[in-house]
Amino acid sequence: MIGIVGHGGYVPWLRLSRRTVVDANAWYAPQFASKAKGTRAMVNFDEDSLTMAVAAARDCLGAGEDRDHVRGVYLASNTLPFVERLNAGIVCEALTLRDDVEALDLGGSQRTALSAVSQAIARVKSNNGGNVLVLAADTRKTRAASAQELDYGDGAGAVLIGNKGVLAEFLGAGTVNVDFIDHFRASGEDIDYHWEERWVRDEGLSKLAPKAILAALETANVKAGQIDHFIFPSTFARIDRQIAKTCGIKAEAVVNTLSESVGDTGTAHGLLLLSLVLEKALPGQLILLAQFGSGAEALVFRVTDAVRSFRPAKGVSQWIGRGVEEKNYTKFLSFNDQLRLERGMRGEQDRKTALTTAYRHKSALMGLVAGRCEVTGTVHFPPSRISYDQGKPLQDTQKPYKLAERRGRVLSWSAEYLSFHKSPPHTYGQVDFEGGGRILMEFTDIAKGDIASDTNVEMVFRIKDVDERRAFTRYFWKATPIRSVKPAAKTAKE
Amino acid sequence: MASGIKDKVAVLGMGCSKFGERWDASPEDLMVEAYNEAMADAGIGPEQLDAAWFSTHMPDIGVGRAGMALAIALRLPNIAVTRVENACAGGSDAVRGAVYAVASGACDIAIAVGMEKLKDTGYGGLPTATVGTYIPQWYPNAVAPANFAQLASAYQRRFQVDPKLLKRAISHVSIKSHANGAKNPKAHFQQAITEEQCLKAPIIAEPLGLYDCAGVSDGAAAVIVTRPDIAHSLGKRDLVTFKALQLATSNGWEMHSNDWDGSYVHTARIAAKKAYAEAGITKPREQISMTEVHDCFSITELITMEDLGLSDDGQAVRDVLDGVFDADGKIPCQIDGGLKCFGHPIGASGIRMLYEMYLQLNGRAGARQLKDPSIGLIHNLGGQPSQNVCSVSIVGREPG
Repeated sequence: MIGIVGHGGYVPWLRLSRRTVVDANAWYAPQFASKAKGTRAMVNFDEDSLTMAVAAARDCLGAGEDRDHVRGVYLASNTLPFVERLNAGIVCEALTLRDDVEALDLGGSQRTALSAVSQAIARVKSNNGGNVLVLAADTRKTRAASAQELDYGDGAGAVLIGNKGVLAEFLGAGTVNVDFIDHFRASGEDIDYHWEERWVRDEGLSKLAPKAILAALETANVKAGQIDHFIFPSTFARIDRQIAKTCGIKAEAVVNTLSESVGDTGTAHGLLLLSLVLEKALPGQLILLAQFGSGAEALVFRVTDAVRSFRPAKGVSQWIGRGVEEKNYTKFLSFNDQLRLERGMRGEQDRKTALTTAYRHKSALMGLVAGRCEVTGTVHFPPSRISYDQGKPLQDTQKPYKLAERRGRVLSWSAEYLSFHKSPPHTYGQVDFEGGGRILMEFTDIAKGDIASDTNVEMVFRIKDVDERRAFTRYFWKATPIRSVKPAAKTAKE
Repeated sequence: MASGIKDKVAVLGMGCSKFGERWDASPEDLMVEAYNEAMADAGIGPEQLDAAWFSTHMPDIGVGRAGMALAIALRLPNIAVTRVENACAGGSDAVRGAVYAVASGACDIAIAVGMEKLKDTGYGGLPTATVGTYIPQWYPNAVAPANFAQLASAYQRRFQVDPKLLKRAISHVSIKSHANGAKNPKAHFQQAITEEQCLKAPIIAEPLGLYDCAGVSDGAAAVIVTRPDIAHSLGKRDLVTFKALQLATSNGWEMHSNDWDGSYVHTARIAAKKAYAEAGITKPREQISMTEVHDCFSITELITMEDLGLSDDGQAVRDVLDGVFDADGKIPCQIDGGLKCFGHPIGASGIRMLYEMYLQLNGRAGARQLKDPSIGLIHNLGGQPSQNVCSVSIVGREPG
């Protein structure tokens, strides 16, 4: 049996209030008045598709040290930071995976993540084992006062495909490839160009998606009426119900696409919703997941008895539950490079990255791997040849010691308004790790009052700096408060 | 155990430029200003200088690297010039170099000059320093106020101090320095401030407001040192001699282990202990007449009183508020206004502190002259609380 053996997702902490956006643009774009409902997820200043993919991967894999079972990482996205430099390879470094993992970046359409799942299934089948982690993430840039600005959201999804401990068995897939250009984005461009919505809906989605869905049902040998969860992400209201009806899928099987709270997360949205469905799905239930884009793709799964044995580290429902409403539209515009704020002279600092240095220390920088002295047990970050132990500086006694999944506690902190920072105040301080180790590091996803001495924190992989002159993004780990999350039940009604 | 530096070297002359926003002066002008005063005070000519130590921290906006800048600005007679860079403690370290050279007998007369030209950046506060290629890839793009502000959060945590009380105490530190600076014509800031101004000032780095931060200034200071016997032969009497020169450097323990609690400066305690031993001081609170400490931020000065043993641990808040370190208190601190008001041209600050001690011990401090001081302590800190260079020097009257 091959199928899903793990799942997870990620929704950023910030939720942009659509009312705020609509009101700010009302003078210019009054046609969006009816869209002033709910929120959309927005990345913080230090997040992108890559950091969200890492977050979803960690949600799926959990805090366990042993990740050797992951033999492949397929990263599906149309908004990855690098065109050349393997983005999935960066994810592998952040997850401290082995260097013989098969890592791939995939893109080109909104259904890429489902294609990636099909490829992962084929790989597991041909290799007879080993898990493949399929990740999908998108942070799509939009122009101010556009429909997409309100409809889209940022997020990531993850599924682990394997043949041991299957939670949802893969039954079949259907694919339709058609060069139907509802939107496009040329290489080097930031923002999509869209064609008329009515044509896209009536000639595109309504006609092409059912072809892929019916093909998948046929391969899976499942009748449309048997489907318990029909996932079809789209920014078109009620199109999922219409397609369900066309295909003969029960109306009550249609899964809410989180448009009111998260928005459409693009490539990621299918896997994000799939993970949310799997949190609650019952053994024996049938799931049909389909996405549209240059044609359409559909996958059918049957939930197994093992589904209850797995919990993501947090899970999409908890990510949704912990969000905070953001009412500063200019913050959203600034974070998405749609508004150039004055930075002052301190913002002129060169952030060039020495790639030699980055490579030499990639384990510490990307994986947050410290050195633990085998004699004294003290933890050193960054690792060093000589230990700091006062009066007994031992040499070459440190072994790699991972800190990313360990919790920490704030020893000292401050929040300053002096340096250039995209989201002031710039807040940093000393974090002591459970089990030893100390790093003076930045805090992120925080509001005033969230950080104090003794605050418990956890690690997140984030953008450290952007070198705008050379278009290079560097990453490192930051600390964020461990938040008690609203119960999942509250958000499941979504 | 080394015999130490006590009374082996004396000050022959000193000079200090006006500190402040010296829009009028180039780095070279500042050096010349301090040098001229020091040379006139010493009563010697350039040919009598055997070697020089030159402290400057930020070469990119100053005069470049190496020692040539000093030699060229002062047209020194091709003597050795060593450029010293040890963050904000560079000035004291340059003095250490000159004093050690004289004490060794390698030089008869040596000069140490510190200079910083900070106001050519185009903005307020310190410029961002470059820190190599690795540190920026993991360490926050931190600024000094937030590094030192963390002392406040850690101190509060350790002693469970009411944040409002601590804010009042650090405000008192700044109010006192402004009151002192108002009597110093060379100071960058020469106006008194009120507690209300302090408490209501904009926050720079929680919990430090504008008045909790030292001024960023242009300036230079110079000291000429020699052996006491040479000074006597040049007609000098009532010398100020070095009693102790200690410097302690962090080795990463505070920054990376889990043992340091962040509420004090580890190196300051080590340097102070060694300096007291070198100077033969057993009861610092009784024996030290006055201090010039590294008050880059008000909280730094407050915890330094504990690091130097002038307050018991956890008691500096009370002692500060009780006025122990005010001009009319038991152990006046920053009688010249300190970094806070005299100003902080980084490479010059350690020598500026010595300048004030020298004036006070010679009874030449004008309106701010203390009554009959005998021993002065200089504390000069470079870096940040978790990783730094800390110098503690003690000077006093020549044994008579």
